[in-house]
Amino acid sequence: MKTLKLTLTLALLLSAVALQAQDRYLTRTGHIKFFSAAPLEDIEANNNKVLSIVDLSKGQVAVDLLIKAFEFEKKLMQEHFNENYLESDKYPKSTFKGTFSVPEGLKSMTDGVYELDVKGQLNIHGVTKDIETKSSLTVKGGKLSGELKFFVAVKDYKIKIPNVVVKNIAEQVEVTANFEYEPYK
Amino acid sequence: MRKIYILLAVITLASINVKAQEDLLDILNSEQTEEVNTTLAIFKGARLISGHTIVTRKTGELEFVISHRFGRINSGIDEFFGLDGANVRFSFEYGITDNLTAGIGRNSFEKVYDGFLKYSLLKQSTGKKNMPVSLTAFSSMAIRTLKDPDFIEDDFNSKVSYTHQVLIARKFNDKFSFQLAPTYVHRNKVLENQENDIIALGIGGRMKLNTRVSLNAEYYYRLTEELDASYKDSLGVGVEIETGGHVFHLNFTNSRSMVERGFITETDGNFFKGDIHFGFNISRVF
Repeated sequence: MKTLKLTLTLALLLSAVALQAQDRYLTRTGHIKFFSAAPLEDIEANNNKVLSIVDLSKGQVAVDLLIKAFEFEKKLMQEHFNENYLESDKYPKSTFKGTFSVPEGLKSMTDGVYELDVKGQLNIHGVTKDIETKSSLTVKGGKLSGELKFFVAVKDYKIKIPNVVVKNIAEQVEVTANFEYEPYK
Repeated sequence: MRKIYILLAVITLASINVKAQEDLLDILNSEQTEEVNTTLAIFKGARLISGHTIVTRKTGELEFVISHRFGRINSGIDEFFGLDGANVRFSFEYGITDNLTAGIGRNSFEKVYDGFLKYSLLKQSTGKKNMPVSLTAFSSMAIRTLKDPDFIEDDFNSKVSYTHQVLIARKFNDKFSFQLAPTYVHRNKVLENQENDIIALGIGGRMKLNTRVSLNAEYYYRLTEELDASYKDSLGVGVEIETGGHVFHLNFTNSRSMVERGFITETDGNFFKGDIHFGFNISRVF
């Protein structure tokens, strides 16, 4: 009797945890690219170590990345990006936390592309701003992936661009994100 | 017995509840693996004043450096405070790999050609790998092509000198970086009252005034004593201005030469008596 009760409790506990795990999907190798198109030059940087998690039961998404993990073609540019513009020693991370309403098909992980309106707070360079953006989550064969694209106005995040390079750096930087999620346990 | 089950149930519920309230960003924060956090921009330029810093060029980067040292400020109005006469050094410095840089240069003073290799052995970092300092090994060879009137016989060998340095630097905080430079200079031929081998200790630092401007200083203390007392230790102070790809230095130093042998072992100006050479370094990375 005692063992039965204990087993039952444990089973209940495990199932509760398991149920929760199915709603959450995580990636540690998300990709974020930013692209700055300015009169004098185009600058691109890629980060392949982006962390992201989605909770399909609550309609929540979060993104966490290290500024230093952005890779530029020119290393000197990467150094300037970290030291002079993003000040990554002071603000090592950028984060995003957002919510969206979950379509029925997405809840049950039915194959398809789901367009979502995501609202949330983007934190870059120690400054948090509310943003709204369109994004899509795709379910294919039980796998979940996400795509996101938005523009970041450099001056909104107190990133100072000196006059000498004003023609080298765009005022609006295009940010594209790609996430291939795995179930989170 | 029942009490235990109630307790167990409460704990279970509580733990689920905690999990449910857990912020997604907190989860991500705990999932973030520790990375090697390499310290950036210990120095901005490959030179502090006249001497090298631990900085090496990245793979495929080419740096072009033009340096000037004018005459002495205390030479008065006749020489327009030194600006009438200028020594120039220009050099190309290329990153063979991220850690190995090779350079060649030419100096108008004593018409010296120089070549160097610089290898970064350690990089200051925190996080997964904790390394308190950056360390770069430096070796150069200089060939004087101007005939030295002090030597009766001045063959090729006597025109050559070598410098070896171990550059050790640490960025203490986002404003201040410090460098030690134990140095060995070998001159193939010297006068009777001079030593062929000179050991010196270079110390220097960089203090950031704002994101683009810093104050640099450098001092080379000669540990080897020579009978010839006409030479002084090299001392320099300067302002460094950096704008994306360009590093610009305005320097004041008692050294005329911009080759290691020259400024470390053969500086003849007394800084505190006004034997100061104004000069600048301009560097452009391609």
